[in-house]
Amino acid sequence: MKPAPFSYHAAQTLDEAFALLQAHGDEARILAGGQSLTPMMNMRMARPTHLVDIGGIEDLAYIRGNGDRIEIGALTRHYQLEQSSLVQRVCPILAAAARNIGHYAIRQRGTIGGSLAHADPAAELPLMAVLFDTEIEIGSGAGNRVVMASDFLVSIYTTALEPNEILTQVVFPTLVAGEGWGFRWVSRRVGDFAIVSVAVTVKLDSSGRVERLRLAVGGVDAKPLALGQLADAYVGQGPGSRWVEAIAEEAAGQMQPGSDLHASAEYRRELTQVLLRRALRDALDRLGKH
Amino acid sequence: MSNISFQLTVNGVAREVLVEPRKLLSDVLREDLRLTGTHVGCEHGVCGACTVQVDGRPMRSCLLFAVQMQGNQITTIEAVMKNGEYSPMQQALHDEHGLQCGFCTPGIVMTFEAYLKENPDPTDEEIAEALSGNLCRCTGYQNIIKAVRMAAAKMNSPKNQEVEP
Ligand SMILES: Cc1cc2nc3c(=O)[nH]c(=O)nc-3n(C[C@H](O)[C@H](O)[C@H](O)COP(=O)(O)OP(=O)(O)OC[C@H]3O[C@@H](n4cnc5c(N)ncnc54)[C@H](O)[C@@H]3O)c2cc1C
Ligand code: FES
Ligand code: FES
Repeated sequence: MKPAPFSYHAAQTLDEAFALLQAHGDEARILAGGQSLTPMMNMRMARPTHLVDIGGIEDLAYIRGNGDRIEIGALTRHYQLEQSSLVQRVCPILAAAARNIGHYAIRQRGTIGGSLAHADPAAELPLMAVLFDTEIEIGSGAGNRVVMASDFLVSIYTTALEPNEILTQVVFPTLVAGEGWGFRWVSRRVGDFAIVSVAVTVKLDSSGRVERLRLAVGGVDAKPLALGQLADAYVGQGPGSRWVEAIAEEAAGQMQPGSDLHASAEYRRELTQVLLRRALRDALDRLGKH
Repeated sequence: MSNISFQLTVNGVAREVLVEPRKLLSDVLREDLRLTGTHVGCEHGVCGACTVQVDGRPMRSCLLFAVQMQGNQITTIEAVMKNGEYSPMQQALHDEHGLQCGFCTPGIVMTFEAYLKENPDPTDEEIAEALSGNLCRCTGYQNIIKAVRMAAAKMNSPKNQEVEP
């Protein structure tokens, strides 16, 4: 297995990268960590004639707190998200998601920008982006724009990125004190993409009723789904076991997954229900503890 | 597409290569630099046989183009033995029968040489998680886990932490 021939361009700055993309148009492809693109090139499922390596743009690798936001540069590697003490403290679900990506050696190289731009429907970081409907910042030679994750992710392996654009930053919110979270998944083997994965956050008000609820499910559709409407319907209630059960059941009922080699639609729906139940319980167990 | 020439630093030595940009680091190591200790299995990142260290971090050499590695320090299995002696990780694989055919072994050594620096006292579960990125078709993994545990213990023992006077 060998990739088809290409010309290699190493961009040292964003401006250089924009110029290279402009010059080579549709023939060019951005290379970040290469943990998704290079396998596809090795199998010749991707055959770019120009490869624009943005790995050397050091200003794109950072994690910084900014009030109640965490700004994450596109070239931040999965292991850096996993190990960041800031992320572990203020958005621990994101660190947990990063820790679950592939294998140790894959996490050393793969980047958050690459994972979002690749848009695998079962991937961890797109699930997190959808859970929080994060702001995704995109640049091009012509200027910058911000797209919300729900609009950024279009379908399987398809995003709102134009060929001349580069994803530069993702902004996550911080969880507030006392906000619980849960992240659960099922995969055949450790390190495989999940068959189904779910992520939730739960915040209670001072009277113990649910004040904010976020729900997202991956692996059941062409992109990870945020269940915003369903979540809103369960705000204002006490989070007892009936509440947990009703959400899990209603969510599973709404899912219309496909059947494929890895799992049947029925199994995916069943997993959605079981995993949501567990994730919600995890979140309630963690309330006030993170 | 024509060859280009550039420098790679492998095991501390600067080496000149003349290859196509599409040539994978794994192939340049094996074919151009004749460092055949790095093995090639799947060529899509799954099996871990090709794992080398880039600036001390384990990475798949089948998912890196050699041309990307100018300015990085590449370390391969050939540099792990010091003064004719196995590293604790290598010795432990030997002692615990952590290999049979040995195809997967270089990747496992390069992974855990780095992993044990970051996590010097891992649980069996953590070892198994880290080992998930290295497929072994012979051993059944149990002896590899034992070997990692033994290597960790050896590396943590006070004797090994003594500083030369
Ligand atoms: C064995 C194996 C197991 C894996 N398991 C998992 C898993 O369980 N979960 C998971 O989520 N992922 C998994 N991955 C994929 C991994 O997370 C990749 O790191 C990630 O999908 C892509 O990131 P990258 O930086 O490697 O991107 P690349 O491979 O360099 O690029 C991927 C795509 O994104 C584009 N791109 C990259 N960066 C940008 C940018 N800043 N702006 C615009 N476009 C960009 C590229 O042009 C390309 O189309 C696995 C990979 C392997 C090899
Ligand atoms: S050959 Fe590189 S991971 Fe299998
Ligand atoms: S010893 Fe044969 S593959 Fe691991």
